Amino acid sequence: MDELQSLAHGFAVALSLKNIALMFVGVVLGVIIGVLPGLGGANGVAILLPLTFGMAQLPGGTTSAIILLSCIYWGALFGGAITSILFNIPGEPWSVATTFDGYPLAQKGRAGEALAAAFTSSFVGAFVAVIVITFLSPVVAKFALEFGPPEFFSVYLLTFCAFIGMSKEPPFKTLASMMLGFALAAVGTDPVTGTLRLTFGSMHLLTGFDFLVAVIGLFGIGEILLTLEEGLAFKGTSAKLNLKVVIETWKELPKYWLTSIRSSAVGCFMGIVPGGATPASFMSYGVARRFSPDGDKFGTGMVEGVVAPETAAHAAGTSALLPMITLGVPGSPTAAVLLGGLLIWGLQPGPLLFIEQKDFVWGLIASMYLGNIAGLIVVLTCVPLFAAILRVPFSVIAPVILVICAIGAYTVHNAMFDVWMMVVFGVLGYLFKKLQYPLAPLVLAIVLGDRAESSFRQAMLMSQGEVSVFFSNTLVGSITTLALVLLAWPLVTWAVKRVRGD
Amino acid sequence: MSQGPQDRPAFGLKSAEIGVALAFFALGALVVYDSARLGAKWAEDGPQTGYFPFYIGLIICVSAVLNLVRGLRMRPERDIGFVEVGQLKLVLSVLIPAAIYAAAIGWIGIYVASALFIGFFMRWLGKYAWWKVALVGIGNSVFFFLVFEGWFRIPLPKGPLEALLGLN
Amino acid sequence: MKNTILRAGVAAMVAFASTAALAWEPTKTVEFIVPAGTGGGADQMARVVQSVIAKHNLMKQSVVVINKSGGAGAEGFLDVKGSKGDPHKIIITLSNLFTTPLATGVPFNWRDLTPVQMLALDQFVLWVNAATPYKSAKEYIEAAKKAGGKMKMAGTGSKQEDQIITAAIEQKTGAKFIYIPFKGGGDVAVQLVGKHVDSTVNNPIEAVAQWRAGTLRPLCVFDPKRMPYTAKVTEKMSWGDIPTCREGGLDVDYLMLRGIFMPSDVTPEQVNFYVELFKKVRATSEWKDLMERGAFNQTALSGKEYADWVAREEARHVALMKSAGFIAGSK
Repeated sequence: MDELQSLAHGFAVALSLKNIALMFVGVVLGVIIGVLPGLGGANGVAILLPLTFGMAQLPGGTTSAIILLSCIYWGALFGGAITSILFNIPGEPWSVATTFDGYPLAQKGRAGEALAAAFTSSFVGAFVAVIVITFLSPVVAKFALEFGPPEFFSVYLLTFCAFIGMSKEPPFKTLASMMLGFALAAVGTDPVTGTLRLTFGSMHLLTGFDFLVAVIGLFGIGEILLTLEEGLAFKGTSAKLNLKVVIETWKELPKYWLTSIRSSAVGCFMGIVPGGATPASFMSYGVARRFSPDGDKFGTGMVEGVVAPETAAHAAGTSALLPMITLGVPGSPTAAVLLGGLLIWGLQPGPLLFIEQKDFVWGLIASMYLGNIAGLIVVLTCVPLFAAILRVPFSVIAPVILVICAIGAYTVHNAMFDVWMMVVFGVLGYLFKKLQYPLAPLVLAIVLGDRAESSFRQAMLMSQGEVSVFFSNTLVGSITTLALVLLAWPLVTWAVKRVRGD
Repeated sequence: MSQGPQDRPAFGLKSAEIGVALAFFALGALVVYDSARLGAKWAEDGPQTGYFPFYIGLIICVSAVLNLVRGLRMRPERDIGFVEVGQLKLVLSVLIPAAIYAAAIGWIGIYVASALFIGFFMRWLGKYAWWKVALVGIGNSVFFFLVFEGWFRIPLPKGPLEALLGLN
Repeated sequence: MKNTILRAGVAAMVAFASTAALAWEPTKTVEFIVPAGTGGGADQMARVVQSVIAKHNLMKQSVVVINKSGGAGAEGFLDVKGSKGDPHKIIITLSNLFTTPLATGVPFNWRDLTPVQMLALDQFVLWVNAATPYKSAKEYIEAAKKAGGKMKMAGTGSKQEDQIITAAIEQKTGAKFIYIPFKGGGDVAVQLVGKHVDSTVNNPIEAVAQWRAGTLRPLCVFDPKRMPYTAKVTEKMSWGDIPTCREGGLDVDYLMLRGIFMPSDVTPEQVNFYVELFKKVRATSEWKDLMERGAFNQTALSGKEYADWVAREEARHVALMKSAGFIAGSK
């Protein structure tokens, strides 16, 4: 029970009036950062990093500084869901999967419910992850060391196979859409040889297509264009505007305990490995859809379809801090910036941090508990406020959304070209929706394409071209097998049905 | 014909399907072409730069052809309107200003462009009173200016007005 | 009365004008471009500079750090190249100043920029897993030769500094490695700890945590001189105790530029402002801490010496990359 003692000590460090005030400031800032697409958690933390520099030099200041920064991170994790649900615009990459059911819920006038479910499950995911960090960090850190390129590839493959199932859309449209995503992901610098590809000499294409620009266009702008066909009104105007909706949602949530557990597990695994919060949210959504009795209705506005990705994203986002602290490997872009922060303050993340900087580490862990509670309080009390945004008339809110989208697209790379691409993706999103080309596989392919290809080719370099490397040990072998089974499963059930003559 | 001019399809589903499939094919071909140029073989130490994009492009082309065939074989009775004239007008009434807005950001800066865009939208589509239009349009830009330039210190594109006011 | 005010005003304006002629100062926010992603070595250094300037009020206007990492940093360099005569833009460089245009064919060269100040040089150390028997660079190279090209070297990026060092080792010793590129220095270090690869040439700051934890072992540093830091990092060793690679018979040295450039066509006064600014930055205790933590080589040049150094370094990179076959279109 050493951990409990250390944790109690951590709470004593973290629980000062100043630190609690910083937590709330951080969470509010984070929510704002999360809401504005483009201004992601990594950016937000990086921008505020210099502020903490003076702070960290006071006694006990490093703890305060990391509390502020990590609370910005929690806030951003919470905030990403807000615009996903209200406007179908994911504020952060990991909240793309939240749009799949969150937005339909909002359209049905159940925005408050969707928000409450999203925030609560985010909290649950984070809480599970913090418990894992508290009690299992040494074991888990060792586990993360087992992951080399072949293992990473198998994890990405698993994400992909878990998400892609038999969809209602025509199969060749799904395939075309997915491959378009992979093609877009390949544009820019080849990660393994450094050669430029598919840039056709254009300097704008050097940076490739950023996932966020594509998503803002495809989902956000595309959705506004679709909504326009129906006339100038948002459908969410009947959203409930009081806090009762939170209580009602809480009554309903325990039904999804199994989904929550599964999603937390997926999230923790992906965070520690570190595979990242975005793949975690997709994987979790895919798994939930496959195993839920209401799986067919996913995508039409199921609370469970909000619970699954949000729990996993937050669990992954939180547990991603573990490899950062213990190994110095950031599990997410934001963790990378936090890592830079630690180095600037004079702390050296790594195996010895737990021993040499006990106060700091346990203060940080305690602040993860407290920061998430602070975050939950902030966002839940704001649910009616967020839902009220839907009552703003379309001709006012639509241009404001477009402006936010443009700012978001611009800030990704500080490039006007991206604003143009956003408009193009918007038209694409509109066309694809109308012609039944599914958007989700496209988006997932953009997210995973790059990473999957790099780890595949790294693995190939290591094995000198032997594909059998993906079955070379128990760990990688079992993940790969699991992925292939998941991929084949719909085909098997379909074949069985065919044979039986259904 | 009992359809009003606004309900008439602007163009059919069939032509939309065919158009998109052709665009996919062209894109796939482009990807294949550039990948082949870079080398798309399986070398001794694994795939070359263009290996994956080459096959991705190829699959895009194949699926585009299949989608094209599906589109061409679409029966006339299923070829309902892809978008009605009235709908298309509404969509374009936002898309065209949005495109102009995106272009204007480079010239006059994001803040002025945003204020004008919001103003145009509210006045033209929402028929709001001028003072409300001005309030929301300018208020929005001031808010974002304070957040980005002041708070987060992220420079967004600015134009002649900001230069005049000495704000950049 | 009115006249005096007017006269005072004129005097003030004259005074202002004359100081403006004497010493140029930024009149708006300065953009500090980082041609690499957030969280990496260049980014960290830029953010330390930014916060030091803010904390000690070294400049009236503020600095914003902007990451432009696309195309191995080409995005950032092209931006600065295209901002001719803009004195409110500075860029911090890595070795990609030389390697990116050579490896990708993107049209830019350091001569499109104005050299301002070398801040420091980053060291490279040859690391192996502490569980392996290799105690010196020589032993490891011998083992690599025996393994016949099966030893795996992990590094950051492709055809950049880490791979260039690897290629230089191969050319000097005849040993062959499989070079595997990863995204960041932290990933590289952990791949070595997890024994997925056999060695790395991580910067000191990227691997120091694992060294102190006893999981990695430094074999030699790619600097002609030993590092000057004598404070104990692990129980027994300081940075200064790591032998140079030359001492161990591995005749390769490589240091990475951490330097500041401006766009072309700026005035000498404007360059001078930044030279003075960075002089003040380097005098702060925060900066010295950073240098010590990262075991940097603190050579700092400016003016013609700096430009000459860059020119020499460019020639060396062209030679190294040509012999390694890393130059675009030379396959």
